[in-house]
Amino acid sequence: MSMNVDLAVDIGGLRLKNPVMPASGTFAEGLDKVMDFNRLGAFVTKTITRELRDGNPLPRVVEQPGSLINAIGIPSKGVSHFVERTLPHYRRYDTPLVVSISAPTTEGFASLAAELSAFPGIAAIEANISCPNIEEDGKAFAMHAGATERVTRALREATRLPLWVKLTPNTGNVPEVAQAAEASGADAVVVANTILAMAIDLRTFKPCLGNIMGGLSGPAIKPIVLRQVFQCAKAVRIPVIGCGGIATAEDAVEYMLAGASAVQVGTATFVQPAAMTTIIDALAEFCLRREIPRVADLVGGVLIEEADERDLAWLDPVAAS
Amino acid sequence: MEPMTVRPDGQQDAAGGCACAPWKASVVAELAEVVQNRAVNGEYRHMVVHCSAEAAAAQPGQFFQLLCPMPPGEAPFLRRPMSLYGAFPDRRQVEFLYKVTGAGTRGLDMLKPGDRLDIMGPLGTGYRLDPGLRHIVAVGRGAGLATLAPLARAARLNGSKITAIFSARRPDLVVSVDLFRAEGAEVITVTDQEQTSGPANVERILRGLIAEGRCNAFYTCGSSRLMRVQQRLAQEYGLPGQVAMEQQMACGIGLCYCCVRDFNVDGAIVNRRVCWDGPVFDLMEALP
Ligand SMILES: Cc1cc2nc3c(=O)[nH]c(=O)nc-3n(C[C@H](O)[C@H](O)[C@H](O)COP(=O)(O)OP(=O)(O)OC[C@H]3O[C@@H](n4cnc5c(N)ncnc54)[C@H](O)[C@@H]3O)c2cc1C
Ligand SMILES: Cc1cc2nc3c(=O)[nH]c(=O)nc-3n(C[C@H](O)[C@H](O)[C@H](O)COP(=O)(O)O)c2cc1C
Ligand code: FES
Repeated sequence: MSMNVDLAVDIGGLRLKNPVMPASGTFAEGLDKVMDFNRLGAFVTKTITRELRDGNPLPRVVEQPGSLINAIGIPSKGVSHFVERTLPHYRRYDTPLVVSISAPTTEGFASLAAELSAFPGIAAIEANISCPNIEEDGKAFAMHAGATERVTRALREATRLPLWVKLTPNTGNVPEVAQAAEASGADAVVVANTILAMAIDLRTFKPCLGNIMGGLSGPAIKPIVLRQVFQCAKAVRIPVIGCGGIATAEDAVEYMLAGASAVQVGTATFVQPAAMTTIIDALAEFCLRREIPRVADLVGGVLIEEADERDLAWLDPVAAS
Repeated sequence: MEPMTVRPDGQQDAAGGCACAPWKASVVAELAEVVQNRAVNGEYRHMVVHCSAEAAAAQPGQFFQLLCPMPPGEAPFLRRPMSLYGAFPDRRQVEFLYKVTGAGTRGLDMLKPGDRLDIMGPLGTGYRLDPGLRHIVAVGRGAGLATLAPLARAARLNGSKITAIFSARRPDLVVSVDLFRAEGAEVITVTDQEQTSGPANVERILRGLIAEGRCNAFYTCGSSRLMRVQQRLAQEYGLPGQVAMEQQMACGIGLCYCCVRDFNVDGAIVNRRVCWDGPVFDLMEALP
């Protein structure tokens, strides 16, 4: 059989040559020693902030079975360092650059997005709204639909770049938050950031992380986030980008069947540094084997009996209880 | 061969990615074949693996991230950093010297000749040996002796004489003495048991070497007490030095920022990634 698999996907008007990209905070220039960056669907930067920040006290990571808890924080060298050093570095590749941003206030998000939009070489903004909002007692913006709506609207007014909003899995109703982002102008939602977690050292009785709590990532979280992607894809019409525990092409296919239009790979890169390019190759092979001409045909392809489809209770666990 | 040099903040040498030249991997994760894995004393084990040419091109001070097999009942998730103990490009082999301390190293301990081990490397910036260095001193303790070991041959090839001061708890725990002597190095061992390993005694030995003109640069790893002694002497005599540092790692290639340490750069405290900016740093900038 001779067939060419079309790996391209469209994320709210931004065309990616394939659906595989890094998750914010797990990617940097150094990975080009391991893989050809021109092969990636997109680049996603570590979250940047306007403020110069140090990041969290050490230890910043602790491993768990099949997963990792991290409390890196967002060590940031500020906007000018990003614009002068990081941005030019990525211009040599034909892969689109997605810049992850964060701020402690709605206004901070908007002004950072506006400032960055003036520089060439940025294909989209990913707003990491899973960070503390000082206007709401430090609760993450993405914990609530209201705060999500306000920050997304401010971002939408501040930039004409495609706007991706990255949600937290730590709220009871992620689809509702996704709908708030969609209603206020997001071009895509990324589901999701890490799951709030903790570990204690039994030799010392102290928390394993300098920050006490951190975010769980890696293969162990995949079933949880996959479920959230499925729920969000049902709830919104904009593309959902799946992110959580993806380590193989099979994981990526599962996410796409659940409704993800593209996927982000994070922790897997720490274990297998070439995970992303391996996934891209194996994704093409999977489609070839199953005679699927375009990878985009997988999106939302999970087969669910019509009878179950009518019973929407399981889509909204809160209403069901 | 020049050590692979990578500068901080993504400024890279010619090996870095560039759309103009065809891309080629300079760091590989591969299944190497275990050739040997056996105890050298009550604490350390010596492992030899057969690997790719890229991996075997590792330079002194660089390291690998090993994906350790799972020992019964344990599941190490992250790779474990391990210094290069020896590299033999002609036979495509690299060697490690490791101490069993936890889940990952217990997994390494199980490996038998013929088994496969997933190694990723070479990683980080290693020791620099400037041409024209006449006489260097290597000071190490603990796992630091493993890190310093490849310097013995590199120094000989560079035309530099080398004196090694190795510190350990007991005489039987000192490793790689024969390796250094075989390369023409002088080795002085100091131990806790013989009460010769204190900073004052090491300082006395180092002052002697400096006075005899046998110390044009310091190379060190594995002890912050001994590092401080060398920093003082380096300052006093205007001598250069390099130190290899350790820190817990996740990615090993500059992505995650979990391995940062503080450094003193011209009076300012600067955060650097041990895996990417190091593990070898300027002696005077290192903080314990
Ligand atoms: C650049 C570098 C080179 C090293 N070279 C050598 C060497 O040549 N020989 C040798 O015996 N040891 C070396 N070490 C230390 C070695 O990495 C640790 O002993 C090993 O990671 C312990 O893993 P474990 O699962 O057995 O122990 P555990 O205590 O179960 O490990 C738990 C976690 O802590 C980390 N960790 C524990 N101890 C250390 C440590 N000392 N440094 C960094 N991370 C640690 C582990 O990687 C793991 O993530 C080196 C460390 C670094 C950073
Ligand atoms: C070390 C580390 C650092 C991270 N830093 C960020 C960050 O700066 N911004 C962000 O939005 N997400 C960050 N994340 C979350 C990841 O982007 C991703 O959402 C999460 O790890 C789940 O995906 P994974 O299981 O594939 O790792 C970080 C994750 C890790 C492990
Ligand atoms: S271990 Fe990830 S940056 Fe050093």
